[in-house]
Amino acid sequence: MSNDSVSNLMKGHMESLAKEGKRADGRGINEYREVKIETGMINTAEGSAMVHLGKTKVLCGIKMLIGTPYGDSPRSGTMMTTTELAPLADQSFDPGPPREKSIELSRVVDRGIRESRMIDFESLCIEEGEKVWTVFIDLHILDNNGNLFDCCTLAAAAALSNTMIPNVQHGVSDKDVKLAVTCWPISCTFGKLGDSVILDPTSEEESVMTARFTVAHDENGNLRAAQKGMNGAFGNDEIKEAVKTARASDNVLREALKGIQG
Amino acid sequence: MAGQTDIELIKNGIRMDGRKPDELREVKIVAGVLDNADGSCYLEWGNNKVYAGVFGPMECHPRHKQKADRAIVQARYTMAPFSVNDRKRPGLDRRSSEISYIVSQAFEKVVMVEEFPKASIRVDMQVVEAHAGTRCAAMTAASVALADAGIPMRDMIPACASGKVNDVVVLDLNKEEDNYGQADLPLAIIPSTGEVVLLQLDGHLTPEEFELALELATSGCMDLYKKMRIALENSYGGKA
Repeated sequence: MSNDSVSNLMKGHMESLAKEGKRADGRGINEYREVKIETGMINTAEGSAMVHLGKTKVLCGIKMLIGTPYGDSPRSGTMMTTTELAPLADQSFDPGPPREKSIELSRVVDRGIRESRMIDFESLCIEEGEKVWTVFIDLHILDNNGNLFDCCTLAAAAALSNTMIPNVQHGVSDKDVKLAVTCWPISCTFGKLGDSVILDPTSEEESVMTARFTVAHDENGNLRAAQKGMNGAFGNDEIKEAVKTARASDNVLREALKGIQG
Repeated sequence: MAGQTDIELIKNGIRMDGRKPDELREVKIVAGVLDNADGSCYLEWGNNKVYAGVFGPMECHPRHKQKADRAIVQARYTMAPFSVNDRKRPGLDRRSSEISYIVSQAFEKVVMVEEFPKASIRVDMQVVEAHAGTRCAAMTAASVALADAGIPMRDMIPACASGKVNDVVVLDLNKEEDNYGQADLPLAIIPSTGEVVLLQLDGHLTPEEFELALELATSGCMDLYKKMRIALENSYGGKA
């Protein structure tokens, strides 16, 4: 059912719970929902993964095609990320061309993957200045129960980690090789609920929170990308605290990712 | 439909994938797989993989599409960019628009739209892996999702294609047969009455072959119908 109109009563309830360090679904404020990752279910894709974060479900498929490099980086492969907010995932998702919401989501996921240098773009060069691989990360949201940012980043990372470069199909060489993955970016998203900051918000929490903050770390604990969203604000200390919490809390997601690395 | 081809798609009555002419690919149907949707279904048909989700009845947007005396069915068929070998550009193209439109109309025949004036019933079909026959797979999944959502319907509508390869009329074309075969005839019926709610044809059939193809697709639909019912029974944990 729609979360458009969570009553003011519920809002007050969730805010006062958060003040005591509790959540409506029984979690602590810095706790992730259960994470489950499956990989390799789509045969037509070069790599694929389905991530369940609580009841949020995202399917990611990777396609690789040969394209031309940008003029300023003739030896680098390119990458493109799209998200499809499929109408079946949420009553409030309208059919039609991508809106701002979906574009912001794609771009935040894109930055987390790109800036972490998870993919070594120079290794995707086939012929300098002429031919490079383009990696398409297409994310299909099947069930939206909040925190699409982290779920999508995780799905993209998981799908990239089992991607085979289709050399044979495109006549590049006579053998398909695994796409080399250099590091593991993980994004953590926080919501501001009243005066509290909560990790991994559900749809219900998203509908009453005033601000969102996403930060992506690599496995060495260095920041790789961040984004503040929505029309509320965070204090300086809250941001610092969130970054610290992210470093401490992302193991759950890292463990899940490790589980799929064969 | 490429028409005549040198490729031997059927040899001694056995097709490239080992099936007999009147045999369906393996079909797996699971109802109620999504949490947010009012009703949902995941369907695997050969290597095809499809999700369908239903919302409604709900207020119809945009409002100018409202009907004063009945609900409308807004079906939407889309293919994921990674569902095919060459990446498909995301979003609706002309093919998806046409399929969405005829599927909407097919469902308006069985859904009791007169019970819900001014409302809309939203049916979303997402093809995540495609190997020929996705419109039938999507429609079949959508039927199960509608039933799973508890939308009042006269019946569910199974959809299944038949066609012609190497001059033999066959049921449920696979990828190679779709690419190099001579005809493709997707069909959707109302099993309780036998009425046809969707029929398309491209290719070349003699009048006799057409009748045979129609019969074959109908029997495919009836087979599928049984599987749809079982999927629904299973989602309620036992026999209906």
